[in-house]
Amino acid sequence: MASIFSTLSTYFAYPFVRYALIVGVLISLCSSLLGVTLVLKRFSFIGDGLSHVAFGGMAIASVFKLTNDMPLTLIVTVICAVLLLKGGQNAKIKGDAAIAMISVGALAIGYLLLNIFSPSGNLSGDVCSTLFGSTSILTLTRAEVYLCAILSVIVVAVFILLYNRIFAVTFDEDFASATGTNANLYNLIIAIIIAVIIVLAMNLVGSLLISALVIFPALSAMRLFKSFKSVTVCSAILSVICSLIGIIAAIILGTPVGSTIVAADIIAFALCYVLGVFLGGSGK
Amino acid sequence: MAQLTCRNLTLGYDGKIVRENLNFEVNEGDYLCIIGENGSGKSTLMKTILGLKSPMSGTITYGDGLKEKEIGYLPQQTTIQKDFPASVYEIVLSGCLSKIGTKPFYSKKDKDMADYQINRLGLSALKKRCYRELSGGQQQRVLLARALCATEKMILLDEPVSGLDPKVADDMYNLIETLNKENGTTVIMISHDIKSALNYATHILHIGDDIFFGTKEEYLESKFANVFAGKDGEE
Repeated sequence: MASIFSTLSTYFAYPFVRYALIVGVLISLCSSLLGVTLVLKRFSFIGDGLSHVAFGGMAIASVFKLTNDMPLTLIVTVICAVLLLKGGQNAKIKGDAAIAMISVGALAIGYLLLNIFSPSGNLSGDVCSTLFGSTSILTLTRAEVYLCAILSVIVVAVFILLYNRIFAVTFDEDFASATGTNANLYNLIIAIIIAVIIVLAMNLVGSLLISALVIFPALSAMRLFKSFKSVTVCSAILSVICSLIGIIAAIILGTPVGSTIVAADIIAFALCYVLGVFLGGSGK
Repeated sequence: MAQLTCRNLTLGYDGKIVRENLNFEVNEGDYLCIIGENGSGKSTLMKTILGLKSPMSGTITYGDGLKEKEIGYLPQQTTIQKDFPASVYEIVLSGCLSKIGTKPFYSKKDKDMADYQINRLGLSALKKRCYRELSGGQQQRVLLARALCATEKMILLDEPVSGLDPKVADDMYNLIETLNKENGTTVIMISHDIKSALNYATHILHIGDDIFFGTKEEYLESKFANVFAGKDGEE
């Protein structure tokens, strides 16, 4: 036990470990806030689709040899989020099919671009770290940490200010628009926030595992709590705790950060599920 | 002037016409039942009245102090709502959203309004309960309380008793009648249940290949009533 603590304190002496923890907490907080809405609106797959788009965006950024790929990735992902949402309303191609199309397409084009214009010798290493976020969280620069912190604060602030509207639009879009709430606008805002969260979360868990960060805390909290507010608060707390445990465990055990965090989320879900069954009612 | 006037309304979607030449008006305190077979355009009409959809042609005018966004709406239960983790209070309060304007949060007045509607519809004991654990009748009352939070001028109910057992359905009908009679709330109800429609409504709008609009008495003397009353009589 003592050796674990001394290992930890050695690690905490490094700024990159502290950055990783700060960013990890912020990202997991943001991603869990909207998770409840996404799950309830049956939008879970949009997160998945957009994360692949973000991978494509990152590939383009590295082809152009941009040193900071976050802004470009952010723009590409936000545009796709808006398109997906608009497309879902016109319903020429049904929502889930459109998401599948865009997500697989972006993944393929991204990999293709990286292959053709490979900027570095270690292609599979680059791709792997983008997909699974294996090391990127430990190589964050100070600027990236600031950007991440600013975006997180904006996401949390927007969520709190629009909380009542997000609830109304999630629960019953028709009623909300019939009584004068601009549901399309709030859907759009939700989509943009999701895109921002996904780009942020790519650093933490990589683009393949982002959905887990969004969905698991919400599903876990829904096992235990029965009001929208308590579910949201609980999923935020759960998500932050799981990320902290995941990052620390990854450092101690030397495992990949992203997958360790997701593993922690899965264990939390299992615990909540069992607890929910014991408490009765909501576990059904 | 009527609260709601529809003139030469043509309804449809994707360029396909569902129903043409709809003319009717609703005055304050009316209880209008909209009846018709599946696919006759009832739901499309409802969405058009609520402003969720624009009519292909024709006009809807709101008057007598009623604005377009002041119609309370009781939707059919959707699948999303069935597993939604939300308390009764949260849902009823969300009906006040139209009143907070650009402010982010609800005021004390809004919260009092939600409490008032909860008590009025006999939901006090359920206030903190989870919506998805309630019975069908209780859920409908929660949604009705939410609609009343938004407005008491006019409520539009979409098949409010479908899926409820007869006793609960009767309670629901009585509750709606009380609102209409004692509170003066205008009621527009879409229904399959013609017998009850004829029991409670003051006006009937029948949409189908032929369209009828008039008072209940006129309806009972028309050719439509014979067909349906005959059917109901045999059951």
